[in-house]
Amino acid sequence: MSVLIFAELDEGKIRKSSQEAIFYGAQVAEKLGTQATAIVIGQADDSELASAGRFGAGKVLHAADAKLNEPNGMAYATAVAAAAQQEGSKVIVLAKSSLADAMTARLAGKLKAGLAANVIELPDLSNGFRVKSSIYTGKAFAYNDLKADVKILAIKKNTVSPVESEATAPVEAFNPSLSDADFVISVKSTEKASGDVLLPEADLVVSAGRGLKGPENWGIVEELANTLHAATACSKPVSDLDWRPHSEHVGQTGLKISPNLYIACGISGAIQHLAGVNSSKVIVVINKDPDAPFFKSADYGIVGDVFDVLPRLTKAVKAL
Amino acid sequence: MKILVCVTSVPDTTTKIAFTDNNTKLNKAGVTFITGPYDDYALARAVELKEKTGASVTVLNVGEADAEPVIRKCLAIGADDAIRVNAEPTDAYFVAEQIAAIAKENSYDLILMGRESIDYNGGQVHGIVGEMLGLPSISPVMQLDIDGDTAKITREIEGGKEQLEAKLPLILGCQEPIAEWKIPNMRGIMTARTKPLKLVEPTGTDKLTTVASYELPAPRGAVKMIKAEEAETLIQLLHNEAKVI
Repeated sequence: MSVLIFAELDEGKIRKSSQEAIFYGAQVAEKLGTQATAIVIGQADDSELASAGRFGAGKVLHAADAKLNEPNGMAYATAVAAAAQQEGSKVIVLAKSSLADAMTARLAGKLKAGLAANVIELPDLSNGFRVKSSIYTGKAFAYNDLKADVKILAIKKNTVSPVESEATAPVEAFNPSLSDADFVISVKSTEKASGDVLLPEADLVVSAGRGLKGPENWGIVEELANTLHAATACSKPVSDLDWRPHSEHVGQTGLKISPNLYIACGISGAIQHLAGVNSSKVIVVINKDPDAPFFKSADYGIVGDVFDVLPRLTKAVKAL
Repeated sequence: MKILVCVTSVPDTTTKIAFTDNNTKLNKAGVTFITGPYDDYALARAVELKEKTGASVTVLNVGEADAEPVIRKCLAIGADDAIRVNAEPTDAYFVAEQIAAIAKENSYDLILMGRESIDYNGGQVHGIVGEMLGLPSISPVMQLDIDGDTAKITREIEGGKEQLEAKLPLILGCQEPIAEWKIPNMRGIMTARTKPLKLVEPTGTDKLTTVASYELPAPRGAVKMIKAEEAETLIQLLHNEAKVI
């Protein structure tokens, strides 16, 4: 009866958010007095797979069937369900992501599982199985009692800070039985944004709104982001105006992020925007309007013109 | 083509959330309930497909009587009829069971809903319904076109998008920019009053997950303001005090 953790790959490497999930899952396993097993699907070399041990996995199941090289929520759910059955796992842990969301939903249906999404703390096992999750797009928390035999915990990014050990995990080949029904959705093409830092995984985010006045002015935002090794983001009006792609929109109906640092430039801070970023650890607001509501939710604020302030911040970061 | 659009009734996006009864219930006083914003996108695309292909559009809500104004608004926007399953929608598996039961009776070609509700943010219902019905599910869907019995779909992925194809019937979790939100006109509001709204009692298993209590986040400390002419100080504070860079 191990705790099973789905560890997602990105170009052959275990995602940072999945490292967090492994660390979290290992702690759940310890509470339950059992072992943590990671399942990795797709191509990765043995040293990368074994590195799951650094975050607490006692064993890695590796499903390397070539048909699983392309991320596919339905087929991945079949594979993870088969792994849960093989390992007798009653608790499954994973990090939220685009792929994981599609997969988790199918998995919950297959296993008739109780599911908590956006989990932000370890479970309380003193009276059943209770987990705290973020709801109302970060505006509140819920204490969920999971009553089903199988429980799935989809953890929010940046919920835990993994402590790494020197351990490596033994890797076992895993060959789930897949059917044509798992592959009825065909992927015709994929477009990925360029850049070193992807927004959903970023620790540092520089975001801008209509205060930048036009897409031609984004250079000063990108320069600060590049200097900080941060991702760029934007408010909804900016993506609605096609100044920036929708994949950069953070807020109630966009991405919900929880980086260590969120710098908001020329964003007034409507409640819908705040909902997508309010679990950031530190919020900086730069706005020339001293009455911008975002200042009330910020840790640090500068009342000033972004066109003057941002280049100076970039210069200051370079001087560190 | 028959389209089922599943909608949630949720607090308006500007609502400041508060709880009552020892933090066990949402304080609904003064709260305006709206169609889930993602569900609104699903409905808008369904109505566009209806206008283009003559499809029928049925709206389904798993909810209590106070959700009916939201359902009537969906009818005013262009849905043909509506079904309300009379139950509190607190658990994704339970809600999915209600949708699957309705779908089994009616054989829809497309089942559309938002990628997630904006209250519990689980984003699970479409996938669970897919498993229950043995149908493919895709989410979050940014574009949808129907060509005969094939759906051509753009799905958002981490930092990008994917072009997908799949045969109908399908279940899709939708988001922007799949369609422009629609606002009901006066004619729509008048005709919505006479469109059928069928009430169905719930079926299925007990809830697998319940909420014991709720909590609000701790307020942030006071903001530390930095003069614009000393903007560089911010970087020192982020480095030495907050230790995030």
